[in-house]
Amino acid sequence: MNDNDIVLRVEDIHKSFGGIEVLRGVSFDVRRGETKVFIGPSGTGKSTLLRCINQLTPPDRGRVWLDGEEVTNSGARINHFRQKIGMVFQNFFLFDHLTAVKNVELALLKVRGMSKAEAREKALTELRQVGMEDWAEHYPAELSGGQAQRVSIARALAMDPDVILFDEPTSALDPELTREVLEVMKKLAKNGMTMLVVTHEMGFACSVANEVLFMENGVVAEQGSPDLLLNDPRFTRMKDFIGRIDSRMSD
Amino acid sequence: MDILPILIDWSPYILSGVASTLGLVLTALGLGILLGLPMALGQVYGAWPVRAVVGVYVWFFRGLPILVLLFLFWFGIFPAIGLGHLSAFVVGAVVLGLRGAAYQSQIFRGAIQSVGEGQMIAARSLGMSKFTAIQSVILPQAMRIALPGWSNEYPNILTDSAVCYAIGVVELLTITSRIVTQTHMTMPVYLVAAGIFIILNYGGLKFLHGLEKRVAIPGFGTGAT
Repeated sequence: MNDNDIVLRVEDIHKSFGGIEVLRGVSFDVRRGETKVFIGPSGTGKSTLLRCINQLTPPDRGRVWLDGEEVTNSGARINHFRQKIGMVFQNFFLFDHLTAVKNVELALLKVRGMSKAEAREKALTELRQVGMEDWAEHYPAELSGGQAQRVSIARALAMDPDVILFDEPTSALDPELTREVLEVMKKLAKNGMTMLVVTHEMGFACSVANEVLFMENGVVAEQGSPDLLLNDPRFTRMKDFIGRIDSRMSD
Repeated sequence: MDILPILIDWSPYILSGVASTLGLVLTALGLGILLGLPMALGQVYGAWPVRAVVGVYVWFFRGLPILVLLFLFWFGIFPAIGLGHLSAFVVGAVVLGLRGAAYQSQIFRGAIQSVGEGQMIAARSLGMSKFTAIQSVILPQAMRIALPGWSNEYPNILTDSAVCYAIGVVELLTITSRIVTQTHMTMPVYLVAAGIFIILNYGGLKFLHGLEKRVAIPGFGTGAT
């Protein structure tokens, strides 16, 4: 593989909140079509890291490139980059005053400048992708959490992003709804979407991730294929963490 | 003497008084939105000098009795800035509007601030500018949240408008008082005026409640999810 395959380059990201350094130098490259999964204890900066990538939280130090162009310190051009970096949030953040289809349409109309007919067609196509076309005319309050999250994935997809950031997309959902969202994400991964996923779903990480990054205390402590991190005896910290979760669950 | 023939004789004047009162109220409400909404946006999103100016404005216009404000502008401020030729009606409407803007700005500010912060984050994550996000996401929600509280401004300004009598605006109360002077029928005529105010109030609120229902969104703002 050569450098042309690299969609996203993250270099030495540092971020502090109120004197506490949440991220202490995180670097990685993301290749086109790759799914990277970030796991680790709460408060280790995983969500902050995603927000540093699209500058919703500007990092204190470090740089981010998308397709070879620098995203950090890009001034007003940040809105251009954000169109290409989709984001899916734990609490969906659908626009509460708009129907599902209008949620997907809005940025197409206001940012991409599409005509109403074009935007509608594109929005319905994306809703079909996530199995929500029958719910197009429903408002967010009328949707289950899983449905709302699928609409928010369609909203991100509609911008034809180079990469989508998933910030704990299933943490607010019960197991049944989690499954329907993960199904959609698996399908996206299979279709070649580039994805960064912060999650606690180990099953998803093992079956979909090309690489798992285990984060602890603001740095990537271990990184490698799921198989490697789980089975190679040289890697212990992620296994310890998973063991702690498992024993807590079986209590 | 019976009240009915008097009412019929004076009805053109009474109607002109009603028109004048409604003119005051609608102008003041319109001016209130026109100034109050940008002031609210300035207070939420503006830099500190903007917030400070709005803060002083609100403090001034909410801090003085309406009659004091009217006299201040009618006898003092407007003549001093070369606007002494303005009619009492215009001055009355503008002062009611300026004062309304102070109150309305706080209604809008509260509504804007009660829109969940995730709405702005999601809009920005899609590449919207802050301006577009405010225009297309924050304000459509905030205006719906504000509407029930804003509806209060209608009866407030309607009842306050009678104070414009004091600077000589020929509105409903002025007309009523003239009829009283001419006919010496105090109670019946004032009761008629009160009845008209109540009807105007009822009609306007009915309209605003209808508007609330029309713009309502399932599960949004009502708490009835």
